[in-house]
Amino acid sequence: MESFTRIRATAAPMMRINIDTDQIIPTRFLLRTSEEGLNEGLFANWRSLADGTPNPEFILNRAPYNKAEIILADRNFGCGSSREAAPRALRQSGFRAVIAPSFGDIFFGNCFRNGVLPVILPIDTVNRLGQQVASSDGNALLEVDLEHERVTAPDGLTFAFATPKKLRDMLLNGLDEIDLTMQLNDSIARFRATDREKRPWAYLERGSY
Amino acid sequence: MPDTKTIAPRTFFEKVWSDHVIAELDEVTAEGTADGTTQSTALLQIDRLFLHEVTGGVSLRELKQAGRATSSPGQVFTAIDHVVSIRPGRGPGEGRNEMATAMIEETLVASAREGLQVFNIGDPRQGIVHVISPELGLTLPGTTLVCGDSHTCTVGALGTLGWGVGSSEGVHVLATQTLRQAKPKTMRISFEGALRPGVSAKDMALHLIGLIGANGGIGYAVEFAGSTVRSLPIEGRLTLCNMGIEFSARYAFVAPDELTYEFLKDREYVPKGAAWDAALAYWCTLPSDEGAQFDREVKIDSATIAPQVTWGTSPQQSVGIDGTVPQPDDYDDPGTQELVRTALDYQRLSPGMRVDQIPIDVAYIGSCTNARLSDLHVAADVLRGRKVAANVLAICVPGSTQVKRAAEAAGLDQVFRDAGFEWLEPGCAMCASGGADRLADRRVISTTNRNFENRQGPKTRTHLASPATVAASAILGHFADARTFSTHA
Repeated sequence: MESFTRIRATAAPMMRINIDTDQIIPTRFLLRTSEEGLNEGLFANWRSLADGTPNPEFILNRAPYNKAEIILADRNFGCGSSREAAPRALRQSGFRAVIAPSFGDIFFGNCFRNGVLPVILPIDTVNRLGQQVASSDGNALLEVDLEHERVTAPDGLTFAFATPKKLRDMLLNGLDEIDLTMQLNDSIARFRATDREKRPWAYLERGSY
Repeated sequence: MPDTKTIAPRTFFEKVWSDHVIAELDEVTAEGTADGTTQSTALLQIDRLFLHEVTGGVSLRELKQAGRATSSPGQVFTAIDHVVSIRPGRGPGEGRNEMATAMIEETLVASAREGLQVFNIGDPRQGIVHVISPELGLTLPGTTLVCGDSHTCTVGALGTLGWGVGSSEGVHVLATQTLRQAKPKTMRISFEGALRPGVSAKDMALHLIGLIGANGGIGYAVEFAGSTVRSLPIEGRLTLCNMGIEFSARYAFVAPDELTYEFLKDREYVPKGAAWDAALAYWCTLPSDEGAQFDREVKIDSATIAPQVTWGTSPQQSVGIDGTVPQPDDYDDPGTQELVRTALDYQRLSPGMRVDQIPIDVAYIGSCTNARLSDLHVAADVLRGRKVAANVLAICVPGSTQVKRAAEAAGLDQVFRDAGFEWLEPGCAMCASGGADRLADRRVISTTNRNFENRQGPKTRTHLASPATVAASAILGHFADARTFSTHA
C-alpha cells in the first residue's frame, strides 16, 4: 500500500458543502473491468462541457490548480456511495490530501487505503487556508504532515489535526491491512470457538443450506 | 449468572458491537483511546458479506490479484443487480450495455471460483441486494452484514447491524471474514405519535434529514425508536433505515421486536425448529435497556410530518408538498446559502414557487428505498382507474423478482400498465445513471434515495418522494398531494 508522510503542494479551494461521490466520479465511470483510468471520471460532470471539451471555468482545469495535490472543501466531502473509485480517481489524478470540516464516513476510510489523506479542520480554518491560496492565485503552497498531524499555511501558521491511530499507522508505513489482521489469526479462532456455541445461526457452510 | 442489576444499561448497538469484538486494536482508557481520540478501533466478526457486480467485482478481482482466497464462502453471497438489463425477456447475465454484461460475467466467474452462492438473473431470488437479503432471511437480528454499497444500512430494519464498505474492505472480509472498524458514537432518533393519513416512512426520513442535515449522522450509529417506528411495518422500517446514509449515518437500525420475528420466521436462511427457539431467546436480549445512554438524542413529533418532496440536489433540501421553494436568504450560514443557490440553478427552480405546481417529465418507482410490495400497493391504489398525464414517462421497476411475481399475482402489474406505466424487470435500474438515455435533461419525481446532480443521468433533475406522491404526480403531470385523491381499492 502507498504510504503518506508529508507533502508540500498546490491546493485547490472547492468550497462547497456535500461534494458527493457521484460528483467525484459519476456512476457511468464505474462500468469497467479494470481500476486503471479512473482519473478520466474525476469530477467529469463539472470538468467537461456538454460537447466534451474542458470547462474553462472549472478550477482544476486552470493553472496552477491543474497541478494541485490538495483539495480544500466545505462540510461532508465524499458523502453518498461507498465507491472506492472516488479516492482512487483522486489519487490517479495526482491528489494526496483533502482538507474539509467533515467527510462521509465510508469515503473517509477508503481514502486511507488508497494513499489519500483526509484532514479534518474547522470550517474557519479551511476558509482561511482557501483565502491565502486564492490571494496568491494558487501559487502559495500548503504543507500537510501526517507524522506530526499538522497543516502549515502559506503564512507559516500551523494547524493541528487528528487521525484515527490505526489508519494513521497504516498510511504512514504503507502497511497491508489484511496482513495485520492475519497476525491475529489465533484470536480469531479463539473468538469463533466461543461464538459458534453462542450464535450457531451466524455460521453458514456451503452445502448446509 | 452475574447479578444483572450491577450491569450498566446498554444500547442495542453496544450489545451487538461487543458480541462481535474479536480484539480491541487500540489501548482504550477511561477517557478514550491512548492517542486522545474517543474512537477506538476493533477487529470485528462479520457474519454476512454481500457482493454485487460493480464494487463486489472489484473486490473479487483484487482478492485474486493479492493471491488470497475466501475464508468463509458459506457466509458470502453475490447479488447481480446494479447494472442488469431491465428489459422484459432479458437473458441471464444480460447487462444494461456491453460493458455491464462483461462485469456480470467477470463477477459470476469469480464467484464460482470462490464457491459463493449467487442470485443471478433468472433465479426467482434475484433482485436488488437490500431487497432480497431480508426476503431470504439473511438479515438476522444481532448479526453483522456488510456490502460494497452505502445503502446496506437498509437491513438495520430487521435489527441487523449492516453497513456499506469499500472494495478494499470487501477484500478484507473475503480473506478473513472480519473487519477493522472504528467504533461510532450512538444516536437515538425517536419518532413519537401517529402519522397523519397519507404520510409514509419515506416522508419521515426526508423530514428528518431536512431537520438534522445531510451531515447530521457523521460518526454515529443511529437507532430509530419511538411509538411511530414500533408501529411501522417492516417494509416501512426498511425504507427509513435505507435513508440513514442520506444523513451520513453509516449504520441505522431498529431494535428487533415481534414484527421482526414474524417477518423472518420460516424464510429460507432463517434457523428452524429448536435452532429458531435458541436464536429467538438471544434476539430478545438485544433491545436497548431502559436507561441506556446515547451520545445524542433527537425527538420528532410525527404529527408534524407532511408528505415531502425534495426541491434541491441534497436529500436535506425537502419541503412539504403544500410548501414553496425556499430562497438562499432563508438560511444564515453562507455555505448553506451558496448550496441553495447552486441547487436552484441546477434544478432550474426559482425561490417562492409553489411545489405543487412544478411540472414533471418522468415518474419513477423503483430502488432499494421504495420498490417493495407494499410500496407498489400504495402506488397502485392511487393509479387504479386513472391515466398518467400526457407527455409524462412513467416507469415502475420492482425491487426483486419475488416482489414482481407477488405484485403480478395481485394484479398490480395490470393497474400500472392500464395507467400508462412501463412494468420492467427487477434491478437497481435508473436509480444511478442507468437512465442516462431516457432520463437525460428531464425532471423526474422518483422514489429513490439520491437527488445528487446527474445521479439519474446527464442533467437529470431528480426530486425524491414517496410512492404515493410519485403516483399522484404521474397522474396530474406535476408534483401532487396524493391525499387529495380518492382511492378505488
